[in-house]
Amino acid sequence: MRIRRIGIGLIAAGMAVLSAPIVAQAQDTPQPKTLRVAVTGTIASMNPFMAYHLGDTEIGRVMYAFLTSYSRDDFKPAPGLADKWQVSGDNLTWTYHIRSGAKWSDDQPITAKDVAWTFNKIMTDKTAATANGNFVANFDTVTAPDDSTVVIKTKKPQATMLALDVPIVPEHVWSKVTDIGKYDNLQYPVVGSGPFTLTNFTQGQSITLKANPDYYGDKPAYDQLQFRHYDNADAAVQGLKNGDVDVVSGLTPAQYTALQSTPNVTTVKARQGRQNDLLINYQAQTNDRQPVGDGNPVLKDPKVRQAIARSVDVKTLVDKAYGGLAEPGSGFVPAVFEQWHWTPDPSQDQKFDLAAAGKLLDEAGYPKGADGVRSDKQGKPITLRLLVDSGIPAQTAAANFIKGWLNQVGLGVTLQALSSDALTDAGSTGKYDLQINAWTGNPDPDALLSIQTCGNLPDAQGNGNTENFMCDGMIDDLYKAQLSEMDQAKRVKDVKDLQARLYSLDSSVVFAYPNSLEAYRSDRWASFGLQPSQGGSITHQNGYYGYLLAKPVDSAAGGGSNTTLIVVIVVVVVVVLGGGAFLLSRRRKAGADERE
Amino acid sequence: MTSPATAPALAEPSTSARRDSGARYVLGKVGGAVVSLFVIVVLSFFLIRVVPGDPIRLLTRNSSLGPAQVAQLRHDLGLDKPLPAQFVDYLVGLLHGDLGTSANFQQPVAQLIMQRLGPTVLLVGAATVISVLLGLWQGTRAGWRRGSRFDRFSTGFALTLWSAPTFWLGMILLSVAGTWFPTQGISDPDTPPSFFPQVLDVAHHLVLPCLTLVAVLYAQYLLVMRSSLLEEMNADYLTTARAKGLRDDLVRGRHAVPNALLPTVTLIFIQLGFVVGGAVTVETVYSWPGLGLLLYQALADHDGALLQGLLLVLAGAVLVMNLIGDLLLHVIDPRVRAA
Repeated sequence: MRIRRIGIGLIAAGMAVLSAPIVAQAQDTPQPKTLRVAVTGTIASMNPFMAYHLGDTEIGRVMYAFLTSYSRDDFKPAPGLADKWQVSGDNLTWTYHIRSGAKWSDDQPITAKDVAWTFNKIMTDKTAATANGNFVANFDTVTAPDDSTVVIKTKKPQATMLALDVPIVPEHVWSKVTDIGKYDNLQYPVVGSGPFTLTNFTQGQSITLKANPDYYGDKPAYDQLQFRHYDNADAAVQGLKNGDVDVVSGLTPAQYTALQSTPNVTTVKARQGRQNDLLINYQAQTNDRQPVGDGNPVLKDPKVRQAIARSVDVKTLVDKAYGGLAEPGSGFVPAVFEQWHWTPDPSQDQKFDLAAAGKLLDEAGYPKGADGVRSDKQGKPITLRLLVDSGIPAQTAAANFIKGWLNQVGLGVTLQALSSDALTDAGSTGKYDLQINAWTGNPDPDALLSIQTCGNLPDAQGNGNTENFMCDGMIDDLYKAQLSEMDQAKRVKDVKDLQARLYSLDSSVVFAYPNSLEAYRSDRWASFGLQPSQGGSITHQNGYYGYLLAKPVDSAAGGGSNTTLIVVIVVVVVVVLGGGAFLLSRRRKAGADERE
Repeated sequence: MTSPATAPALAEPSTSARRDSGARYVLGKVGGAVVSLFVIVVLSFFLIRVVPGDPIRLLTRNSSLGPAQVAQLRHDLGLDKPLPAQFVDYLVGLLHGDLGTSANFQQPVAQLIMQRLGPTVLLVGAATVISVLLGLWQGTRAGWRRGSRFDRFSTGFALTLWSAPTFWLGMILLSVAGTWFPTQGISDPDTPPSFFPQVLDVAHHLVLPCLTLVAVLYAQYLLVMRSSLLEEMNADYLTTARAKGLRDDLVRGRHAVPNALLPTVTLIFIQLGFVVGGAVTVETVYSWPGLGLLLYQALADHDGALLQGLLLVLAGAVLVMNLIGDLLLHVIDPRVRAA
């Protein structure tokens, strides 16, 4: 008897469950128009002082306004919270005028005091300096003489004062926070000043932001921006096909090509600020000049490095390894940052020439043995370890090509495909001979160039930020000169001279600037605000234009919620009927048994 | 339920002696588990630090953090201290229920694990219940009619699924059925926050990961049930039962199955312990926010504190489940009590 009652109860409960969403659906207001973006990397923190993951900073960019921004067209400095600025004659005092009428999302006015408070916090609180401490290292004082004026005095002239990537936070919220490091910044809606306001963050699942009606700039043409987390890039592609998400980025060339023929999907091949290079380990050292790692000593010979550089065919790599989805590499600063990008003039160009490479090695005294492999000065055959990230198909393909060319000039190569984890570790400890490496740059070249200075050599604990351990007097001088050079034309020259010097040292061979491969649902979205506006990307911008200027297709519906509902109903019906039938059959058997 | 007729005819020990041996059995098992747990604490701490790779370097690479900020991060996470001091800190923290702070998520490890425990229990729990029911039912049928078409088909089918790579199986399911089911996560952020829509939404998200997990899990229940039923098939008590004129399905259901169930109970509990870690691939395919996915992320980012916290919890789960299995067997199997 009891079992039958349970069975009936189950069926009744199932009916209730079934009817609930139908009722809910009927009462629902129209669904908000939402742009759904798939994200694959870790998003850890909504606290802008602690946010240094790539994904974190991208969300910080739409939540908070910055003092200045980067123009959509060409990354040149553009107004942000400050609409005007000037620098004193000695280049040490910067005065920013804060735009009037700008408001926080809780209706409080945004003033110069908020800006001064944010910078002062980073300057005085070591934990608050976690993500953005580098930007203020040269600051002397930051003050707000009145509500619309911020004055920053620097210790030395600093050319990057219009490229301070520091989200400005509201003083009236953050001054009450006692421990910056432990504050999660999730009091919804989170008070911000960017085009979107954070309304929900579920770790490892999704992030939802609503359009901020108080934003001083352009208003988005839709209601909600949502990031959905995928740990598996193939599942994200499937999500795009199914309509679970509208935008997917970070595609592999294979995924990109496959999506090109998918209906209702448009692919985007974008220029981005990323470079791939071949590192040559010849001077791994700590900041007190102690050698580290185990690079092959033969690489200390500039002629060997030059021969390696001349054995890399950039054009073939771009065409074959990257399937044409990259720009050919030359200078250290990626080509998308046109102003700072450098290419060698014909007299310096170490063109691909295997014969010339072989000749260089002959001259340097590394004779070829009978097996075609050259020997070092001790008569030992030269074998170089070439490390590559096993998870990036284009880079492993490139490594295979490079191995082939080096073999042709008589250099033995053992290829080691490692996890990015192991690769980073080998790089930072100098335990490699050759390595395929990648860096992402900002519109201002300072951060990228600083990687090549002695100041970034690791200390004994490994605190550094380099992988080719560059430390060169001339590069350091040029780096310092460009950082304090206010004359734009002169700074550009310093930056290019630095790259030329780097190129001549052959510590690395930049061979490609891979494209950012993205795809979106063209049945729902008509266009996005690409940056740079010609051939740029939707996601991972140095701005917020991709999302801000997204235009929905007029007839776009809220999504396939009806099919979803039908499927749910079918599943529930099956489960309930199946469960009921099972219980009833048990009941019949039990009855039969009792009769025995 | 009729009690199985298998209990060997042993002389009943006196009640107090039996209680003593029972207490000794329980104490021994619990003591063993505690010692194992301590070994895991020590091993997980040192193993993670022996493996090359610097979590801070991995985290801060390609960010604009300079050496000063990197050093500060290392200091904040206590990674600048000598190894023995870090170990003492870890032990002291453990005694206070503090598992440390995840470098990657910038959150207390205990908090992260608690957040992810629910989804894992839901997924693994649902998949285990379905697998056990399906496996036992199919195993019983298959074993009872050994060599029949049903036996050959279901054993072959289950074995095929069992040997298929979980990740691949998940991706196949995703591309075949992904049109009707969500491709990511445990719930849709746009679902209204009231009870029924939320429950339905989670159930909808649960279908594919659960199905994948069931596909790979249920074969072992089927096989164990089938083989232990086969062992019972020729037992005298079954002949007796048949001789009494009982119907075939009653002989099976009332006499054979309860005895054949014993090895399966042990398997279920051992499996319950392991299955939390075993859900790694399924959770990764479907971005299901459980412990398996967290483990994958901790491994990928070389997040030491998170890894050791997870190892402790996962190993602890295996230990506890084994312990429960052992104790339960002690209760339900008289032979264990007698031993």
